[in-house]
Formats: sequence, C-alpha cells, structure tokens
Amino acid sequence: MLAKIHVTLKNGVLDSQGKAVHQALNDLGYAEVEDVRLGKYMEVALSGISEQEAQTRVTEMCEKLLANTVIESYRFSLEPAE
Amino acid sequence: MKCGIVVFPGSNCDHDCYHILKHVLQLDTQWIWHKDETLDTFDFIVLPGGFSYGDYLRPGAIARFSPIMKSVIDFANRGGRVLGICNGFQILVESGLLPGVLMDNEGQRFICKNLTLRVDNNNTPFTSQCAPGAVLKIPINHGQGRYFADEETLKQLEGNGQIIFRYCDEEGKTPETANPNGSIDHIAGVANANKNVMGMMPHPERCADPLWPEVDGQTIFNSLIQSSLAHS
Repeated sequence: MLAKIHVTLKNGVLDSQGKAVHQALNDLGYAEVEDVRLGKYMEVALSGISEQEAQTRVTEMCEKLLANTVIESYRFSLEPAE
Repeated sequence: MKCGIVVFPGSNCDHDCYHILKHVLQLDTQWIWHKDETLDTFDFIVLPGGFSYGDYLRPGAIARFSPIMKSVIDFANRGGRVLGICNGFQILVESGLLPGVLMDNEGQRFICKNLTLRVDNNNTPFTSQCAPGAVLKIPINHGQGRYFADEETLKQLEGNGQIIFRYCDEEGKTPETANPNGSIDHIAGVANANKNVMGMMPHPERCADPLWPEVDGQTIFNSLIQSSLAHS
C-alpha cells in the first residue's frame, strides 16, 4: 500500500516561497494567478497492515513527525502499491 | 559547575560553544552524544546551532526524536536549564518544550550578520546579568529563523514574560527595518512558562571570547552560571 501525503502551510500562515512563485508567475504574464501555496508531497510505502490500520497509523505519523501542526495541515490518500 | 553540549549529526556550532564554556569560562564541559539515552548530572545543557540531520523535513524535526532528547525533555521538565541556540532553538520548538515555530526567513535568504537585540525580560536564568531593556550585539546566521506563533499563544507569551529577546535597532527601538527575517513581533528568543528552557536564533557563543572585541554573548552564559550557582 502507498500513502500519498500532502503537507501544506495552513491558511493565514505567510507562505514566503509561495509568494515569490506567485510574483514570478504574474511577472511571466499569468495575470490570472491569484494565489500560490507551496507544500510537500511524500510517498510512504506500507506493508503488512490493513487499510483501516493504515488510516490510523499514517494520521499518527503526520501528527508526530511529517507535519508540524502549529503551521501545517496534511491530507493523504491510501492506494494499492503499483 | 558542570554543563553539557548535545552533539547531533550536523551540529556545527558545538565546538564554538565548547570553547567558550570550557576555555573562556572555565567550566567542566562535557559532550553529550545524540545516541546516548541517559544524561549525567548537569547544571545546564546547551543545544548548539548547525544543521542537525541536514534540516531534512523541517529544521529540528528529526533531531527532536534522537535517543538523547527523551532525557533532555525529562531534564527540562524537572526544572533543568536548557539553552537552545539557532538549530537548538528549532529543536526545542519541534520537541514541544517551547511554543511556536521557526519558518523560512521572509526574504527567502540565508542571513549572516551582526545585529542588535533587546532584552525584554531580564528576570530569567539566561538574562539575569543583563540590565532591563539592555541592547546586546549578537550575530545571527540562519535561513529559517522567522518566529511564528498564533495570536493566542503570543498573548500568553507576552503576559508571562516569555518573550526574552526582540530584534531592535541600536537604541532598542523596533522599527520594521530592525526585523531581519520577518519574525512576528520581532521575536528573537523565547522561554517556556517556567523560564528554565530558552531558545534564541542569535549566536551568543560567537561573541563571547575576549580575543574578539565584542563579547555581549558572555552575559548570557554568565547569567546561566550565576543562576546555577544560586541554585546549587
């Protein structure tokens, strides 16, 4: 099983990288770009546990280590290994 | 008096701290290896600057789970004095010993420069030798030092006197131009509610050897020594 995890800064937290990329896209002529948020994408390969267990354990991993929940939020999906 | 310096893989200010504590201030100074699980008896512990675990994931995020950190957290929770400098500060916020978080500098650049800090609480083991509102000249050297905490946390910090240092100009004022990295409320250093744990982004160990004309960093180590003497 593969956990695909996205970690992004919470709304209201200044994303200085996102701001710089936003500026660059506007400068390139993409005037329609209203906002850019940068985040992290992680793939965590799991074996030997059920999907239900994986839900609980991956949530735990995000809370403990993968995200700093003071400023970041996370979401993930579980998919069969390719 | 005995103090310890924790060495993580990627610490790079550990020897500077060791030099100041051992050779300049003549303390019994010990290395503490990150893989150790138990701590000796110490009057205070320093978590030095650097790039522990390459700053992977987030600065301090992995160091925080080093075997030694469980003992460091126990030591702090028993009232032991812990000073975190730069990456050490980042490790302390990741470990939950200090509130808030340190994010990418607002300007996205690594900043290495000498600047001035105002002592906003001198009633702590780390600042007792500073005059109230004293302005100290201490360098910063970081890419991720923008302190952030939510409004409620900030109010608590302010109310409890946990904001120890603020970036300021030479007169001790805090105009926007005196904020190097976009830290909220100019915060450069905070303590826990009991004031036995403090983290700061500036590097006092880099201006504490009298061979160098600037020695403002000494006041922080001297404060720690005085408070440890009063304690023992």
